[in-house]
This record gives sequence, structure tokens and C-alpha cells, in this order.
Amino acid sequence: MAEKSEKKKRPSRQPMSEQAPEVRRRNFEEVPLGYTPEQAQLEAERCLQCKNPNCVAGCPVSVDIPGFIGLIKEGDFTGSIRNLWSKNSLPAVCGRVCPQEAQCEGVCIVGKKGEPVAIGNLERFAADYERAHGTGELPPKAEPTGKKVAVVGSGPSGLTVAGDLIVKGHDVTVMEAFHKPGGVLVYGIPEFRLPKEIVAQEVNFLERLGVKVENNVVVGRTVDLDELFEEGYDAVYVGVGAGLPRFMNLPGENLIGILSANEYLTRANLMKAYRFPEVDTPIPMGKDVVVLGAGNVAMDSARTAMRLGADRVRVVYRRSREEMPARAAEIHHAEEEGIELFLLTTPTEFVGNDQGRLTGMKCIEMELGEPDESGRRRPVAVAGSEFHMECDLVIVAVGSGANPLLTSDTPDMKLNSWGYIITDPETGKTTKKGVWAGGDIVTGAATVILAMGAGRNAADSIHKYLTLGW
Amino acid sequence: MFKIVKRQEMSDGNVILNEIEAPRIAKKAKPGQFVIMKANEEGERIPLTMADTDPEKGTITVIYMVVGKSTALFKSLKESDGYQDIIGPLGKPTHLEKLGTVVCVGGGTGIAVLHPITRGLKEVGNRVISILGARSKDLLILEDHMRAVSDELHITTDDGSYGRKGFVTDALKDVLEKEDVKLVVAIGPVPMMKFVSKLTEQYNAPTMVSLNPIMVDGTGMCGGCRVTVGGETRFACVDGPEFDGHKVDYDELMKRLQAYCEDEKRCHEDYCRMQGI
Ligand SMILES: Cc1cc2nc3c(=O)[nH]c(=O)nc-3n(C[C@H](O)[C@H](O)[C@H](O)COP(=O)(O)OP(=O)(O)OC[C@H]3O[C@@H](n4cnc5c(N)ncnc54)[C@H](O)[C@@H]3O)c2cc1C
Ligand code: SF4
Ligand code: FES
Repeated sequence: MAEKSEKKKRPSRQPMSEQAPEVRRRNFEEVPLGYTPEQAQLEAERCLQCKNPNCVAGCPVSVDIPGFIGLIKEGDFTGSIRNLWSKNSLPAVCGRVCPQEAQCEGVCIVGKKGEPVAIGNLERFAADYERAHGTGELPPKAEPTGKKVAVVGSGPSGLTVAGDLIVKGHDVTVMEAFHKPGGVLVYGIPEFRLPKEIVAQEVNFLERLGVKVENNVVVGRTVDLDELFEEGYDAVYVGVGAGLPRFMNLPGENLIGILSANEYLTRANLMKAYRFPEVDTPIPMGKDVVVLGAGNVAMDSARTAMRLGADRVRVVYRRSREEMPARAAEIHHAEEEGIELFLLTTPTEFVGNDQGRLTGMKCIEMELGEPDESGRRRPVAVAGSEFHMECDLVIVAVGSGANPLLTSDTPDMKLNSWGYIITDPETGKTTKKGVWAGGDIVTGAATVILAMGAGRNAADSIHKYLTLGW
Repeated sequence: MFKIVKRQEMSDGNVILNEIEAPRIAKKAKPGQFVIMKANEEGERIPLTMADTDPEKGTITVIYMVVGKSTALFKSLKESDGYQDIIGPLGKPTHLEKLGTVVCVGGGTGIAVLHPITRGLKEVGNRVISILGARSKDLLILEDHMRAVSDELHITTDDGSYGRKGFVTDALKDVLEKEDVKLVVAIGPVPMMKFVSKLTEQYNAPTMVSLNPIMVDGTGMCGGCRVTVGGETRFACVDGPEFDGHKVDYDELMKRLQAYCEDEKRCHEDYCRMQGI
């Protein structure tokens, strides 16, 4: 019968509905709209429930992927989120921002022929379903241990440590330099990709569990690490991220109209400057915008500029499309929204008018030469290919480094030659007694899931230290 | 919330003093450091250098001029109201050292910032000559405070309504002619700091200025506060706010302070701060 042949043909991946590009390019609402339960169950059926699942091996925190997908298939959405939580404390975030194509989905067996199981979408579904329908019931907490832990930085890494240690009975305080917790999740990644409501709920969940969140505390300035021990903390986790913007170091870079992506995105996301003048923080409104760089940060900046009303947004990158480090979905979404990729090009100088405002940049074309240490082909300038590009706003998104504010204040915590904290790769222990570190301040700018994974390992180690003494 | 325990209107009523409960900051802060303040949820983050701290009481004092939307909002806060967020102490403290004769030059609300530095320089044993400038007599602030920590005090007003008629540079020139000045500290509107630095350069008098560019985080994370000092880009919030006055690119700073000026909806705070009006 027809049924049999239909069964043989594997159903194709459930698409997730999205705001249409021509609409969303001018608003800040989330782009993908999520699965319905029916869609989620259909998608879950595509999973083969492998005995030795590639996907789990591809996940930096070894989420039991066939397990949580199997529960969705059975319609046990609550069971599914419980399963996810056992490995990943921020599934609503990870489902949205993990580079799945380079991790679980990249190695999913179904993807060998056709499209892989939409693991990220399913993870997001389970988390969103729980947020909408869950009881909000708190996980059980161990008896108080009487030990105090300070978590410095409230990004995904710090929040993971806080969540893990509070349920083990420790007294946990998160200290955040900004006036709002969440790290890059609130100041960097835009609303249209990760609604701030979700981050706020995750933090609220931790607070209901008993985690204290102190905003406006710059450790290294307001208080330093040694003083935290004097104040009675028994252990400290440092998860301060890689908050030092890199610039191009080209002539004219201090013209008005050239901002780091950190500044641009912080104004837009944390300060909500896209609502100016309803809020008090302004943001430059470029009409002809150039974004330098090709990672997630660059895509987020470009898409933000488009939403703020730019006529034209160009992403200028010195290598080719293959080398672009952004998530595939972000590049795809950006292009759909009308953002142009200007590849194999680099600026050599910024040009301005007599008021010190940017009017354009001198550029040169590049070609790919021999592979460099990173294995990527090194871009080299094409002689005689100089040209001028007009623009009124440049957002520099060419990476970030280690912010020395806290680390330079803590000489007994060893750093590597780039200024990142040296830790034991298994436990996250630093060279300073009682201090652990993880996330971007150890690895350099990486991913949410790696920052969380580091937090989880460190939390295990801190727990041992506080209960067993090692 | 950071509660205002004392509020005072100074000068022509457009300069406001707030003493605010912020025990952690009060305990740590040193002269020359600043805080970033935000009044409410929708508010902007505004950097202000502290005018005083009281570690025992757990309070900090800031003095600011009302120049735009955000400081107008600050002004509307009454005693026992509060700021939603205050972050600090930020920036490097002033290096206080016994040098001999030092000159402290202040203009506008810069005098508020200058006062704890002057006191610090006096306490470590310097002979302190202070020069204060204002547009007119009623706009001069903290004269008595400055007199109490200075060995000598000169006042200039643009309109001659008090002290000497003219600019701080006129009085400074006389001092530089007579004295062996080891250090000049100049804090005030950017044009004032620029002209003071130009003058002291002729006398080879080391000069320190305190800059207040546009800031967001105040922790070295955004680069919005970049200034060119000695041909190099520095972040004022972490490398400063104090710099060698002879090396600062003031023209660039003045331009950068106008970044948001074209915005018809506001005359940006920073521009007005630079003007010292
Ligand atoms: C725009 C942008 C887009 C990104 N997109 C993605 C994506 O799609 N997928 C993905 O996986 N990753 C993405 N990343 C990377 C990811 O966000 C980071 O790898 C991750 O957030 C690192 O987490 P963390 O906890 O180490 O640090 P952060 O998230 O940086 O958090 C550190 C926190 O510490 C605070 N802090 C710093 N110094 C101090 C101090 N001295 N005292 C107190 N607090 C301090 C900071 O204010 C911050 O809140 C993106 C990054 C950016 C900037
Ligand atoms: S590899 Fe793909 S098919 Fe196999 S368990 Fe993982 S998600 Fe399912
Ligand atoms: S204010 Fe952001 S780096 Fe100085």
C-alpha cells in the first residue's frame, strides 16, 4: 500500500515559522516563532534514537539528546525539560543561540542524507513549553552547608555555577558589574534573537532558589577578590567574560560614527536605545552602515542597524564566505533581511569631515593565500585594488580580548600571555587558592554552551572543595 | 536603591549637590575616582567624578550641573529619593605625592572634583596654590572649601564681578612666572584644560587633567570613552580619567563629546558638560 512507501521516505525537517524578512528587518521582535506541540512531535519522530548517538558526542555538555527528544515524541513535555535540565540549566537560551550545525546537528546521523533532526528547535520547544505551561516548581535543595560562594559575573557561566551550587545547599551571591544580570545574554545578543524576558526569567528562577544577585558591583574596583574572602566567602568563581573590544588600529578610528560592537549592542540591548527618546540613552542612527567582522557579533550588529532604520548595511570581511565564523542561521537571516556581504575586503583608513564625523573608509581588496596557524587561508592584499567606500556608521566587530580590570588587581592569579586566566582544564581551579574561573575569561570569546560547561565543571569542583576540602 | 541623604542647590540653583548612601563605594573610593549613576529604569548611565566620600557614614557626594535631560532628571530627585543604580569607584585614583609647590586650577563644576584632590595634595605636604574660575560671582562654588585646603587662593571671573577679571590662565601665568611649580592640576571645561595645558607647556610645568568623555560601562568594555593621549588611543574610564595634560588631543575630545548633538531632541549632556555651561 501507499502507506508503506510513504513510511520509507523520511519526513523532511519541520520548518519553524518566522516573521517575514521584510517585516522583521524593521522590528526588534524575535524572528523564529517556535514549534507548536504537533510540529515538535512530528520533528521528534524523525530521530532514530541511536544506540551510540553522534549528537550527544557532539554536544559540549553531553545533553541526552535522544532521551529528551523521545519524551517530546511521547508528549511528555515536562519529562523532556527535566531531562534537559539535568545537563543544561539554560535550554531556552541554548536552543536559540547554540551553533547546532557545528555541534549536535552537524553530526546527527539523519543529516548524512538530508537534513539533521532539528535538535535546537526541539530544545527550544521543550523550554518554551515549560515556561508557558510549567508549574514553576523548584527543584529540591540540599540542607544548608553554611558555606558562602561568590560568583563574579552573571553571564551564562556564572549563572550555571550559581544554579548548581544553590541546590547543593551553599549560600550563593552573584556579583555583576552592570545594572542588570545576564552578561552577553542581555547586553550583547539582541532581543530579536534572544528575548530579554527569557534571561530575566532564568535569573528570577535562581533568585527564587535563594541565589542573591548584587548588581553594580565591579569586582576589582568596588571590592577585590581578597576582600571577598575577608567578608567570609569560602570560594569564588570568576566568570567575567572577554569584555575588551578590539579595534582595527587604523588612522581615523576615533572619528564620531565608529563604535565597537560592544558599545553599539550595549546601547541597543542593555540600555534599550532603540526606544530613544522614550528611554534616555541615544544610539547613532546610521543610514549607510558598515560592520567589520563576520562572527555572530557582526551579524547581530548588522541586523540591529537594519532595524534602526539604515538604508544600507554592509558586512565587510577580509576572508571569504566559507571562513565566516557566525552561525549559519544568522548569516542566512541577515541576508534575507537585505544585509549585503562585502567579502575579501578590508579597510585601511577611516575618513571624516571637519567636524570629526565619519564619511567613509579607504579599502583594499584581499585574496586568500596560504593557510595560517588557524588552518584558514590567510588573506593578502591585492596590489593596486584600493577603493573608497562611503558610510556614516562603522561598527567594529573584529573580536574581543581579556578585560584586565579584575585580573590586574589580582596578581596571585596567573594569566596566559593573552591575559586570560590559567585554570585546570578539568576543574576550573585557578592558581589562587579558593578561586575558580571559566567561560570567555579562560577560553577567549567562545560560546554560551562552553561557558556553561565550564561553569558546571567548576561547580562540581567547588562543591568538593567546600564539602570534602579538596 | 541608593538613597539621597542630603540635597543642596548651589551656584544659580542649577548646580546640585547630592550626598548619597553607597557604603561599599564610600569605603573604597579615593580622590580622582568617579561613579556612574542612573536614576531609573529608562535612565542613561552618567559618569560623575566624586566630590567627597565619608567612609564612616557610608556616603558619597557628587556635584553636577543641570545641562540636559538626564541631569534634569537627577535634579528632580529630592532628599530620601534615590538613584536606581550607582557603580563605582571607577577609574584610577589620583597619584598623591609630596612635590613642593603645586597649583590646582578649577573651573565650573570641575572645582567639585578638584577639591578632594587639592585636599589630598595638601595632606601629603605640598604647598598648594589654587586658582578658581567662574563666569560670574554667583556661579562660583566651593570657595570656602577650597580656601580651607589651599595655602593661597586666587579667583577669576569672566565679567569681573568677583576676584580678578579674566580667565584662570591669566592668574596662572602670574603664578608660573613667580614660582617653581612642580605640578599643575587642571579640572574644568575642556577648553579651559586645553588652554591651561598650552600655557603650562611653555613653562615646562607638569600638568594633569581629568577627562570626562562619553561613557557607557566605565569598565573598559565598550571603548566609547576613547581619547588620544600622546598619539595613542586610551580608554578614559580605566586608563584615566586623569592624563598628562600636555599629551591629550583636546580637539578630538571636544568633537567626540558632540557625537549625539545633532539629535534635535536633546542637547546632549556631554556637549554641555564640555562647555561647562
Ligand atoms: C553579540 C554577541 C553575540 C553572540 N552570539 C552567540 C551565539 O549566537 N551563540 C553562542 O553560543 N555564543 C554567542 N556569543 C558568545 C557568548 O555570548 C559568550 O561566549 C558567553 O556569553 C560567555 O559567557 P561568560 O559567562 O563567560 O561571560 P559573559 O556573558 O561575558 O558575562 C560576563 C559578565 O561578567 C560581568 N563582569 C565583567 N567584569 C566584571 C567584574 N570585574 N566584576 C563583576 N562583574 C563583571 C560582565 O558585565 C558580564 O555581565 C555571542 C557574543 C556576543 C558578544
Ligand atoms: S544522532 Fe540524530 S538521529 Fe541519532 S539520536 Fe541524535 S538526534 Fe537522534
Ligand atoms: S566607558 Fe566603556 S570602555 Fe570606557
